Amino acid sequence: MSAVIEARGLGKTFRTGRRTVHAVQDVSLSVSAGEALGIVGESGCGKTTTARMLLRLEEPTAGQVLFEGEDITHRRAAALLPFRARAQLVFQNPFDALNPRFTIRRTLAEPLRNFGIPEAEHAARIDAVMGRVRLTPASAWLDRFPHELSGGQLQRVVLARALIPGPRLIVADEPVSMLDVSVRAGILNLLRAARDELGLAAIYISHDLALIRYVCERTVVMYLGRIVEEGPTAELIAAPRHPYTRALVAAVPVPRVDQDRAALPIRGSLSDSPLGGTGCAFRDRCPHAMPRCEAEAPALREAGQARRVACHLEEGAPS
Amino acid sequence: MRAARAAWRFLRGEPFAFVGAAIYALIVVTAIFADKLAPHDPREILRVGRRVARYLPISPEHWLGTTSSGRDVLSQLIWGTRSALQVGLTAAIVVVAIGTLMGLLAGYLGGWVDKLITRLADIVLSMPFLPFMLVLAALTQPGTTVVVACVALLLWPNTARVIRSQVLSLRERAWVEAARVTGCSNTRIMFVHILPQVLPLAALYGSVAIGWAILAEASASFLGFGDPNTVSWGVMLQEAYANQALGRGAWNWFTPPGLAIVSMVLAGFMISRGSEKLLFPKLADK
Repeated sequence: MSAVIEARGLGKTFRTGRRTVHAVQDVSLSVSAGEALGIVGESGCGKTTTARMLLRLEEPTAGQVLFEGEDITHRRAAALLPFRARAQLVFQNPFDALNPRFTIRRTLAEPLRNFGIPEAEHAARIDAVMGRVRLTPASAWLDRFPHELSGGQLQRVVLARALIPGPRLIVADEPVSMLDVSVRAGILNLLRAARDELGLAAIYISHDLALIRYVCERTVVMYLGRIVEEGPTAELIAAPRHPYTRALVAAVPVPRVDQDRAALPIRGSLSDSPLGGTGCAFRDRCPHAMPRCEAEAPALREAGQARRVACHLEEGAPS
Repeated sequence: MRAARAAWRFLRGEPFAFVGAAIYALIVVTAIFADKLAPHDPREILRVGRRVARYLPISPEHWLGTTSSGRDVLSQLIWGTRSALQVGLTAAIVVVAIGTLMGLLAGYLGGWVDKLITRLADIVLSMPFLPFMLVLAALTQPGTTVVVACVALLLWPNTARVIRSQVLSLRERAWVEAARVTGCSNTRIMFVHILPQVLPLAALYGSVAIGWAILAEASASFLGFGDPNTVSWGVMLQEAYANQALGRGAWNWFTPPGLAIVSMVLAGFMISRGSEKLLFPKLADK
């Protein structure tokens, strides 16, 4: 199946005064219809910037974004409208994602209006999408304002707004991190049901491997703006290859207080890592660092079935 | 009809807005029927026998007494509502329109637009009000138009600054990004999504501008750059001041126009304060 969205060598450089920050470097990925890709990494690893570039909320400074085969990397705002209707975003904080002065009805009608859907169809489409996110009967919700709803209900409205223009791609940036644990599964299941029934491509951005494992077939691990490992989620978690992925997996909380577990296999923190320069960005924290890591940055290479790893340790290893 | 009933329901629930609207309604009605309500011609010099009726105290005949030149204070006060409304509202509308537009453009678009508007606002703010008005009046026809133009030209930066800072914080909100993702143009984001949220602030600054305009008109009249043929609260105050009404204890002369100006500014403030619930529904729960 052909990719709905594809990134080729995507990069974003921010300039603040004299300093230059490479927020994202050389990110290549693709997602097909009906598939869910997870992007994991710690704060500041560039996962949100990547997502914003894929949605063209940010203009990339390097590489290309292809949506259904069309290059949208540098398309002007006015010409992006057809793309906007087909690529939607689910926000992290539902309390801030809805215009506080718009009723739910108006929030949902806004995309329909902007994408030129005839007004006669609005009511039916709004009813249908409210059913899809299980806010029924719709009439009980549509005339309310956002502050009258709970976080879980708001996130359903946010999801409804993303689904109403009939997108092919949904990007969910930490879709449940602001919600109570008790309503998280409900939202994730709705997202998954929408994806399955409508055949959407989905990208989940999260720092939470447990969530990614629950919803994504394929996962990309990012560290300091680069992809360090990619593979089917189950395999990636069962047998992580990159030292950073191993650390991430080891850091996932396990619901047993008295468990025996080894200390984290990495040391230091993000600020110890070199920005730019040559060599592997992870070398200062890596337990396996060797002289070569200082001299040369590892490329992202094929490492077995559908897996890619950026680590010198992988070279020459049997794939 | 439906809108009128909704407005009535809103006013009944909001004492602040109700009082403000009541004061405005009173002033508007007075202005409309000024010629029927006023017991005398406000410019007529009244006489008692052959003598000019100066400094008459409050009496059943002259509810608010008379001025130093024998004119009926109540009639002047009533006629004054017309020029006050005219000057105050026109100036306020122009100030709010320019200030809000400038603040919105500067705050939302940023970049060189922001720089240009902010610089312009700094320049305008550094201009002294009275000299500017005097020069403008000397170069053109003195009258209320000059007063309104001065207030509008010199007061918009105050509104623009506040609106700009508000817009700066609003545009970072996720729902603004959501508007972009759901296909809104910049124009639509500015005028449909952000503008309604800054309108109460704009209205507040508008109500301040009403007071400023009335005060400005008074100063201009005092210095001889107003329209000599109008009767206004400002002219009344200045006449009272020039005739040392305070020293003579003629409080029935200078207190009414002063109170009138205060109540008009206050009414504007109360309306914008009371409408906050309508404009920021989130506050309603608190």
